[in-house]
Amino acid sequence: MSGENNYLLEMRGITKIFPGVKANDNVDLLVKKGEIHALVGENGAGKTTLMKVLYGLYDSDAGEIFYDGEKINMTDPQQAINLGIGMVHQHFKLIDTLTVTENIILGAEPRQGLAINYDRAREQVEEISKKYGLKVDPDAKIQDISVGMQQRVEIIKILYRGADLLIFDEPTAVLTPQEIDELFEIFNSLREQGKTLIFITHKLKEVKTISDRITVLRDGKSVDCVETSSVTEKDVAELMVGREVLFRVEKDKAKPGKEVLQVKNIHVRDNRGLKTVNGISLNVKEGEIYGIAGVEGNGQTELVEALTGLRPVEEGQVFYQGEDITNLSARKLKDRKIGHIPEDRLRRGLVTNFTLSENFILGFHHQSPYSRSIFMDYKEIEEHAKSLIGDFDVRTSSHNNLASKLSGGNQQKVIIAREFIQEPKLLIASQPTRGVDVGSIEFIHKQLINKRDEGTAILLVSAELNEILSLSDRIGVIYEGEIVDTFTAEEADEREIGRLMTGSGKEVKTGE
Amino acid sequence: MSDLQTTKTDTGSKFINLLIELGFALFSILVALLVGTVFILLAGESPLDAYHALYIGSIGSWREFLNTLWRATPLIFTGFALALPFKAGLFNIGGEGQLLVGGFAAGFVGFYFTGLPSIIHVPLAILAAMAAGAIWGLIPGLLKAYKGAHEVITTIMLNYIAIQLTIRYGIDRFRTGGRQALPTIEESARLVRFVDMAEMPIIGQIPLIDVFALPGLRLHLNFILALISAAVLWYLLFKTTVGYEIRAVGFNSSAAEYGGISSSKTIILSMVIAGALAGLAGAGEALGTHHTFMSGMDADLGFTGIAVALLGRNHPFGIVLAGILFGGLTQGGLEMQFVGIPSEIVTIIQALVIFFVAGLQMLKWFLLKRREKGETE
Repeated sequence: MSGENNYLLEMRGITKIFPGVKANDNVDLLVKKGEIHALVGENGAGKTTLMKVLYGLYDSDAGEIFYDGEKINMTDPQQAINLGIGMVHQHFKLIDTLTVTENIILGAEPRQGLAINYDRAREQVEEISKKYGLKVDPDAKIQDISVGMQQRVEIIKILYRGADLLIFDEPTAVLTPQEIDELFEIFNSLREQGKTLIFITHKLKEVKTISDRITVLRDGKSVDCVETSSVTEKDVAELMVGREVLFRVEKDKAKPGKEVLQVKNIHVRDNRGLKTVNGISLNVKEGEIYGIAGVEGNGQTELVEALTGLRPVEEGQVFYQGEDITNLSARKLKDRKIGHIPEDRLRRGLVTNFTLSENFILGFHHQSPYSRSIFMDYKEIEEHAKSLIGDFDVRTSSHNNLASKLSGGNQQKVIIAREFIQEPKLLIASQPTRGVDVGSIEFIHKQLINKRDEGTAILLVSAELNEILSLSDRIGVIYEGEIVDTFTAEEADEREIGRLMTGSGKEVKTGE
Repeated sequence: MSDLQTTKTDTGSKFINLLIELGFALFSILVALLVGTVFILLAGESPLDAYHALYIGSIGSWREFLNTLWRATPLIFTGFALALPFKAGLFNIGGEGQLLVGGFAAGFVGFYFTGLPSIIHVPLAILAAMAAGAIWGLIPGLLKAYKGAHEVITTIMLNYIAIQLTIRYGIDRFRTGGRQALPTIEESARLVRFVDMAEMPIIGQIPLIDVFALPGLRLHLNFILALISAAVLWYLLFKTTVGYEIRAVGFNSSAAEYGGISSSKTIILSMVIAGALAGLAGAGEALGTHHTFMSGMDADLGFTGIAVALLGRNHPFGIVLAGILFGGLTQGGLEMQFVGIPSEIVTIIQALVIFFVAGLQMLKWFLLKRREKGETE
C-alpha cells in the first residue's frame, strides 16, 4: 500500500468565507501517511483557517474531507480527536497549577471506581514519553517547567488520546534554537513510529530541514504542493510571497555620527531576584545598528527592560545624548524620543482589547496632537491610525478593529508603525521579526535600515543570528549577562559568534 | 467606497450587539420571574397577583415610576463605584463603606453648620460626602498600589470599620434623641425634591413642572446628579487620557507599563473616584431621602450596587438602566408585600434576576461562538 494515492488526509476544494474575506478559496491539502507535511504561507494566507476547518472548529462553505479514505463531516474537535487527529496549538492549553500527568490525562482520566488512578496515569505518560523520546517530569507542575517541556506535554497529551495525525501550529515560534533541535528529533522519532505530521510554519529553513513535502498557501489559495528535496528555500519563499524575495538585506555602509546611547557597567536583576545582567557596557551611535547576539535567557530581556524604564538598574549608569537617564520612568524615556519594540508583542506591545486606533498611540496618548490636557482627540487619533495602516501596509478592514483580531505579522507592523512614526533618536528593537512571515520580515528589515540611514541609533536584540548578522554594523555577543566579545560587521564570523553564544568561547580564551 | 462600507458595518454591528445585549437582559428577567412563580406558589400566594402588584408598584403609575427612579438613584452611584475600578482590573467591594462615610459626612455638615444659605450648604455637604468617600477609596487604593494588598480584603475590612465608625461611634457621639441617628439636617442642606419644584421660584416657571407635584413623590435632585455622573463617567472613560489609562491597565497592565502608564497611579485614581461616587450615594440618602444620617440607611445599597454594575455590563448607561430595574424591584416589592407576599420572596426574586442575568451570559457566549463558527455572509 505504498502507492501514489496512499493519503491519510485529503482536503479537497475547501472554501471558507468570512464576511468580506475568502479565508480559504478552493484549497487542496493532501497528506500522505507517515510523512512530515509542511503547510506554509504568509500570515493571513489561510493556514489557521484550514486547520480549524479540519479540526471541526469552523464549518466550511464548500469542499470535502477524506480521512483514511473515508469521507468525513467534521463537526467538533471531539470528533477529530476520536478519529485520531490531534493538534498542538501555538499557545499551549495547559493548566499552570496542575502537574504534567494531571494535564495530560485531563478529560480522559483512567479511573478506578470513582477515583482517578494516578499510578496507571503516570505509567501511561512514562510509556509514551519513553517510546517517542519526549522527556518530561510527570510530577512537575506546568508553571515550573520550561516552554520546551510544556510543548512536549502538549504532544504527549494528544498521543495519549491516540492521535495518528499530529498538527503543529507554528511550534518553533516559542522555542530556543536548542529546543528546536530537540523538537525536530521528536518529529523524526514520531515519523519513524508511523505517525503523520502537519507542520504549520513560515520559517523556511525549518521546512527545508525537517519536512518531506510542502503545501504553499497564498491569499487563501493553495498555490502548489512540492517535494521538499526538489526545491530551495528561495523557491518556497517566492511561492509564498508571489514575487522574488531578497534574503540578503541590501544596505550601504553605515555612517555613524555622535554617540547617542552609552551604557556603563550596568547590573540588573530578573523577576526572581537573580542578577542576570552582570556589568554590561556598550554604546550606540547615530546612524548605526548595534546588534546583540545571544541565546535567549542570557540577560537580553532584563537589559532591554532596564534601558526602557521597565526594570530598575541596580548598579551602573545609562547616558542618552549626554544626559544621565538611569532609572527614569518609561514615560520620561518615551518623551525623550526613545522608541521600543518589545520582545513580546502580546504581553507588552499591544493592548489587544483596544482598537488599532488606540494601540497606535499607546505611550504617546498624553502627547499633542492626540490629546490636550486630559481630553483626547479621537478624530485626530483615527486619522493617525488610517494613515499608518496605509503607510505600513497593515492588513485590516478597519482602524476600529480590535488588535486581537490581527495576525501576528500585522500586529507587529502596528507596533513598528507606532514607534517609527514618532521619529525616535534611539530605537531599541527586541526580536522585531519574531513569529512574522517572510514578506513582513523583509519589510521590517528595510524599515530598520531606512531608520538607520536617517540617523537613528538602533540597538537590536535578536535570537536569530542571521538577523543580527545581516542588519548589524557592530555586534556584541551576550552570554550569562555579559558582553563576551564585540565584532564589526566585516570581521563577524557566524561560527565564531555561535561558539561565543553558547559559552564555549570563554573557555577557549582562558585556555590560551 | 470601501471605507464607507466598513464604517457602516461597524456602527451596524455595534447597534446589533447592543440589541442582543438588551434582548438578553430582558430575556433573563423574564426567566427569573418565571422561576420566581415557583417560590410564590410555595408561599401559597398567587403569582399573577404578585406580579401584578410588582407592576403596579414599580411602573404602574407616573408617581410609582418616579419613585422607582428615586430608589434607583443610590444604586446607580454604587454601581459606578464598582464599575470604574473594574475597568482598571479591580473589584471594589467597598461601596457600602464608602457610602456610609459619605452619608455620615453629609449628615454631619448638614446639621453642624447653621445659618448657611442653601446655595453654599448643599454643595458643602455634597463635597464633604465625596471627600469622605474618596478617602475611603484611597486607602485600599494605596494599599493595593504600593503593598499589593488585595482590594477585596481591604475594602471589606474598611466596610466594617465604616459601620463601627459612623453608625456606632459617630451617631452616639452626636445624637440627641432616642433614635439611632444624627440630628436632623438644617433646612438649608436639603436636596431639592421634585415634588416641591412647582412651588419654587424660577424652576416653578418651567412649563409642565407641576407633573411632579404629586403627594408621596420622593424623587430628589440626586437622580439628576446620577444622570450627569453617568455622562461624565462615560466621557471620562472613553474620551480622556484618564479613561484610556484606566482601561489599558485593566486590559493589560504590562502593556500599559510599557506605554509609560503608571498602574499605581491609575489604580489609586480609579479607587478615589469610585469612593467619591459612592459618597454621593450617601449624600443623596442623607440630604435628600432621610434628611439625616441614620442607622440602617445603607440598606445594603453598596452590595446591591455590585449586582447593578454587573447587570449593566460596567457601562455607565447600562448601569443607569440596571439601577432603574433594581429600583423597580425594590419599589414594586413593597406593593407585593402589601398584597401579602413575604418580603423574603421579594428578595429571592431579585436574586433570581441576578442569577439568570449572569447565567444566561454563558448561553449568549455559547451562541455567539456558534454564530462565529458558521458565519457565512
